Amino acid sequence: MAYALQQLINGLTLGSMYGLIAIGYTMVYGIIGMINFAHGDIFMVSAFIAVTAFTLLAAADVSSIPLALTFVLIVSIFFTSAYGWAVERIAYRPLRGSTRLAPLISAIGMSIFLQNTVQLTQGARVKPIPPVIEGGFEVWSTPDFTVQVGWSQLLIIVITVIMMFAFTWLITQTPFGRQQRSCEQDRTMASLLGINVDRTISFTFMLGASLAAVAGVMVTVYYGVIDFYIGFLAGIKAFTAAVLGGIGSLPGAMLGGLLIGLIESFWSAYLWAEYKDVATFAILCLVLMLRPSGLLGRPEVEKV
Amino acid sequence: MMLTMEGVHAHYGHIHALHGIDVEVQVGEIVTLIGANGAGKSTLMMSLFGRPQASAGRIVFDGEDITHLSTHDIARRGIALVPEGRRIFPRMTVLENLQIGAAQADPANYEADIARVYSMFPILQERLSQRAGTLSGGEQQMLAIGRALMSRPKLLLLDEPSLGLAPIYIRRIFQIVRELNQDHGMTILLVEQNANQALKVAHRAYVLQHGEITLSGTGAELLASPEVRAAYLEGGGHA
Repeated sequence: MAYALQQLINGLTLGSMYGLIAIGYTMVYGIIGMINFAHGDIFMVSAFIAVTAFTLLAAADVSSIPLALTFVLIVSIFFTSAYGWAVERIAYRPLRGSTRLAPLISAIGMSIFLQNTVQLTQGARVKPIPPVIEGGFEVWSTPDFTVQVGWSQLLIIVITVIMMFAFTWLITQTPFGRQQRSCEQDRTMASLLGINVDRTISFTFMLGASLAAVAGVMVTVYYGVIDFYIGFLAGIKAFTAAVLGGIGSLPGAMLGGLLIGLIESFWSAYLWAEYKDVATFAILCLVLMLRPSGLLGRPEVEKV
Repeated sequence: MMLTMEGVHAHYGHIHALHGIDVEVQVGEIVTLIGANGAGKSTLMMSLFGRPQASAGRIVFDGEDITHLSTHDIARRGIALVPEGRRIFPRMTVLENLQIGAAQADPANYEADIARVYSMFPILQERLSQRAGTLSGGEQQMLAIGRALMSRPKLLLLDEPSLGLAPIYIRRIFQIVRELNQDHGMTILLVEQNANQALKVAHRAYVLQHGEITLSGTGAELLASPEVRAAYLEGGGHA
């Protein structure tokens, strides 16, 4: 029981990060109907920006952890959303109106480009940072197992919850959110109402990248090491989460992320840790075969 | 002059859809455009918004050449469209649909504009938090008109507003057209297959055939014209 509780906590931590990345996939799919396969690498870039920012802070002798974290989050969100904006502008917008496959291939190219750029400029070896947040507290102790929550885990879950509430509010309650949703439902009609659709799409990419940046900072804090290849696996898992929740659905992406995180940690704990990636991708296959619209997605054909 | 189209040509892919259209709409007028299915009525409406952009000719709105502006910039100049098939946002609430119509308008006018919509369409006020996709066809048409009015347009374009509606709604739609024009001074360009009703409500009218304007005159003149009667009013509408 105690052991299961520990897995729950670990799974939620992991799932928080997948959920944040998954939102970027689902939003972009919602508005322009493409899978942005470079999104995982945007996440990877954000982690490198976070490492750079942490290194700068260490050089400047900043010792206050809340101050450092806030700074790193802001820097990472700022530069990562610039990356998100640029990727759309360079690799996808010129292809709008061409076949569905063209931006998809362009996305894969972008993904390889980002990986190689980081590999060349930052080196292929793993980048460690000194632990930022250490320690934790005991939740429950039984004779054979002690359940622990790391401060970093608590921080990740809390920040994710805050981000998701803020983000839901932005999409459902603000004028920008309304414009975003109107473009998702009928881009031509939105432009006929005076909405600048291209700009709305750019903002959508920047928003998705910002949430990926939050995940990137968290991964850096949680694991302490990153490399240029982390975007691939994290990206595909977040994509699986978005599909599981129902691609195009925001609550679906959050739910899917949490479920994938939980499945991964329970699978590792009780079955075979070395096959945890297989578990995730088996789920992707099953969802695509049995329920392609996902848990919270709506079926493709809608009666209007 | 509110709107002038001078020798406008437009292409949809390889199809040459408009062949040198000359249309004028004066301030305060209701102008109607009648024609058979596929004559190019909707294309003409959409070409005003640059979708497709005119390949030759000129479109002047309110003294400004808008031929090469982007769609959203044209809309922001003060043209609003109630499109064919209504195209309300089905997964947004009625209120959100109205709010999105006001997205580019001066926020200072919001209260007055939404009050006007409520007074014209009380049914919308009763359904504010309902998803627009669940409204009936007639109600969706009201919503599409309300949404267009929320931007306080100088020129209102209505594309087949009576299409597929129950007779009670059709009557209401033409009533609204008249009301908007007489009580609110709205300039209206109306595309209709229901030629009889449209010509009765319009000050002036154009007949569009195979992408060309073949006849024009006052509504009453066209109602009396033998050609129009034969082609559009006496059961020959699909010729």
